[in-house]
Amino acid sequence: MSLSDKDKAAVVALWGKIGKSADVIGNDALSRMIVVYPETKTYFSHWPDLAPGSPHIKAHGKKVMGGIALAVTKIDDLKAGLFDLSEQHAYKLRVDPSNFKILNHCILVVISIMFPKEFTPEAHVSLDKFLSGVALALAERYR
Amino acid sequence: MPENSVSADLQTESHKMVEWTDFERDTIQDIFSRIEYDVVGPAALARCLVVYPWTQRYFGGFGNLYNAAAIKGNPMVSKHGTTILHGLDRAVKNMDDIKNTYAELSVLHSEKLHVDPDNFKLLADCLTIVVAAQLGNEFTGEVQAAFQKFLAVVVSSLGRQYH
Repeated sequence: MSLSDKDKAAVVALWGKIGKSADVIGNDALSRMIVVYPETKTYFSHWPDLAPGSPHIKAHGKKVMGGIALAVTKIDDLKAGLFDLSEQHAYKLRVDPSNFKILNHCILVVISIMFPKEFTPEAHVSLDKFLSGVALALAERYR
Repeated sequence: MPENSVSADLQTESHKMVEWTDFERDTIQDIFSRIEYDVVGPAALARCLVVYPWTQRYFGGFGNLYNAAAIKGNPMVSKHGTTILHGLDRAVKNMDDIKNTYAELSVLHSEKLHVDPDNFKLLADCLTIVVAAQLGNEFTGEVQAAFQKFLAVVVSSLGRQYH
C-alpha cells in the first residue's frame, strides 16, 4: 500500500493546513493515547506526571510531531529519510511497533476533531497510508 | 488483530459479563442521544469504503462506488449507513447483554453475508473518527475510551457466532 502521487499531494496539502497546530495535535494525541490505551503508560514510567497536558506530555508531543513534520519532507523515501529515527527507536527506545498504530489512530482522531472540514475521507485515506508508512519506516531497523 | 485497526480486543468468555462504569453508561447514552443517525451512519460507512476500499467487496449490488464522490453520494450507502447506526441502538439499549442482543445479527453476518469480522473493527474506527468530528472538544480522551470500549464489545459480539 505505497503512497501514490495523489496521496503525497494530499498529505502535503493537509499538512500545509494543520502543520502550524502540530504542537497542539501532539499534546492532545499523546494525552488521549495514555487515557484510551493505558497499556502505553508503561513507556512513560519515568515521568512523574502523566495527567493530560502535563509538561512532559506537551514536550514529548512536540517531539513526536516534529518527527511527523520531518517525515512529510521525506515523503518520497520514508525508509531513508527516517533511518536515524528508526535506529533510535530500535536500539534505544524499543517501543513495540504495535504502538505506532495506536498513536496514529489518536492523531487521526485529534485531526478529525480540530479540522473536521479538511479531514475528508479522501484526506483520511492518504494520511492513514502516510502514517502507516511512517510506522513501517520507524520499525525498519528493529530486526 | 487486523493490521489496520486499533479497536481493543475483548475477551469474550461466556461466563464473563462486561462491566460498565456509570460514566461509561452515561457517555454512551449521551453520545447516541446527540448524534444524527442519518448523518453519522452514512458518513461512517462512506468513510470506511473510501479509507479501506477492500470493504467494498460486500457492496457489489450498491452500484457506483468508483470514487469518493460517488460513494458519498450513493443513496444505497447512505441508507445502509443509517441502518447500521440504528442497529447499534440495540446495544445502546441493552448494554448489559450486548452479546445475546447481537447473536442473530452475528449469524446473519457470518452465514449469509460472509463478512470477515475484521471489517467490523475498520468500520468501528471510522465511526469513532466521524463521532469525534461531530462532538469536537467534548470527545475527550475519557469519552473516546468509553466509546471505543462500547464498539469493541459490539464488534466482539458480532463476531461471536462465526465458526
